[in-house]
Amino acid sequence: MKYLDEYRDGRLARKIVREIEHIQTRPWVIMEVCGGQTHSIVKHGIDHLLPRGIELVHGPGCPVCVTSLELIDKAHTIARRPDVIFCSFGDMLRVPGSECDLFALKSRGAQVRVVYSPLDCLKIALANPESKVVFFAVGFETTAPANAMAVWEARRRGIKNFLLLTSHVLVPPAIAAILQSPQNRVQGFLGPGHVCVIQGSREYEAISSRFRVPIVITGFEPLDILEGTLMVVRLLESGTAEVQNQYVRAVRREGNRQAQELVQKVFEVGDRKWRGVGSIPKSGYKLRWEFRDHDAERAFDVKEIDTKEPAICISGQILKGIKKPHDCPAFGTQCTPQSPLGATMVSAEGACAAYYAYGRHLVKEPA
Amino acid sequence: MCLGIPGKVIERFEMYGLPMAKVQFGGICRQTCLAYVPDAAVGEYVVVHVGFAISKIDEEEAARTYQLLEQMDQLTELAAPDPDMGS
Repeated sequence: MKYLDEYRDGRLARKIVREIEHIQTRPWVIMEVCGGQTHSIVKHGIDHLLPRGIELVHGPGCPVCVTSLELIDKAHTIARRPDVIFCSFGDMLRVPGSECDLFALKSRGAQVRVVYSPLDCLKIALANPESKVVFFAVGFETTAPANAMAVWEARRRGIKNFLLLTSHVLVPPAIAAILQSPQNRVQGFLGPGHVCVIQGSREYEAISSRFRVPIVITGFEPLDILEGTLMVVRLLESGTAEVQNQYVRAVRREGNRQAQELVQKVFEVGDRKWRGVGSIPKSGYKLRWEFRDHDAERAFDVKEIDTKEPAICISGQILKGIKKPHDCPAFGTQCTPQSPLGATMVSAEGACAAYYAYGRHLVKEPA
Repeated sequence: MCLGIPGKVIERFEMYGLPMAKVQFGGICRQTCLAYVPDAAVGEYVVVHVGFAISKIDEEEAARTYQLLEQMDQLTELAAPDPDMGS
């Protein structure tokens, strides 16, 4: 496929690795922010291809993983109602709440549907005027424009039975939280390519200069990730803290203005609780007051649910790049994708689930 | 989750006042909203995320990245110390 296959060329990959070996003078710890990048790295074995001393640690960029258990339980309470058709992206269905997952609810008769796009929910709402159609709006900045458009269109076209259960998270506050942690090990970042397609690179320029850390906005294919890593190593070796763009074929410095404008009209920034990490100030979107009629949290009075995560789970430290899946005694034994104990095992893009999917629970990681 | 797939705009149309397109990914075609990339023309490539085009693919930049990667180890060889130059 065009723009995919050419970025999976093994011969070029080896060239980039040789170049990194050539310029590297000391060990570096680099974090890839996005779960899509984590998945690609583990799938293609990129971390094992890199020279010794270049360590990739996995970031918090999987929105399914970091959706709080409270909100998942809230979603399940709403999905159980007979007057609700509950719509979600497919990867949210297997995420366990305190009691079960959405698949289990569906098998017990709840109306749970997987959608490809949030706009599909408007069609479902029009076809089922007697039901309330609730969409579980999970995602980072990349997904916010699509969800904003669904709400905007629902209001414009008078589709009153469409509601959004919002669980939107933002990348820059999470990066700042990682860098402010006293245990931080991360020296440079592969920035999230598709988040920056929407947001542009300015927010990352602010982080880079505030924390004196290099950030290279990077794509998702193996050659993108290798080239991004090479660019970060070059910046680290020369002591330069700035933002560079590896993903030039899709990311512009100003981002996508049209998308930013609609997101601004529909959402406002608020505090958000991240599974495994805790509450981060101003790290999420919520619906603006003008769109309250489409807000599922207002429409259904769901009480705050008290939840507890298993004490053994170290997903919080994994999401911050302090630990890796193999550091956890439960990894691959008590904790598997079939019965996950915490954030990084619940979705395919979580670090633990990716390690498990590609057989890394069967081998000892090289020290 | 932030999956963005490159696809080719095959046909443009309008639906409920929104600009839409049929976008082809390998052998599969999907309906895609062009509200955020309204100037994407038939034949151009866009990055698609959850049914929305979020960016046009800059073909020149894509080609340039690839050329730079191709040339890279020639540069490394050039940067290696040259015994004849006594460095």
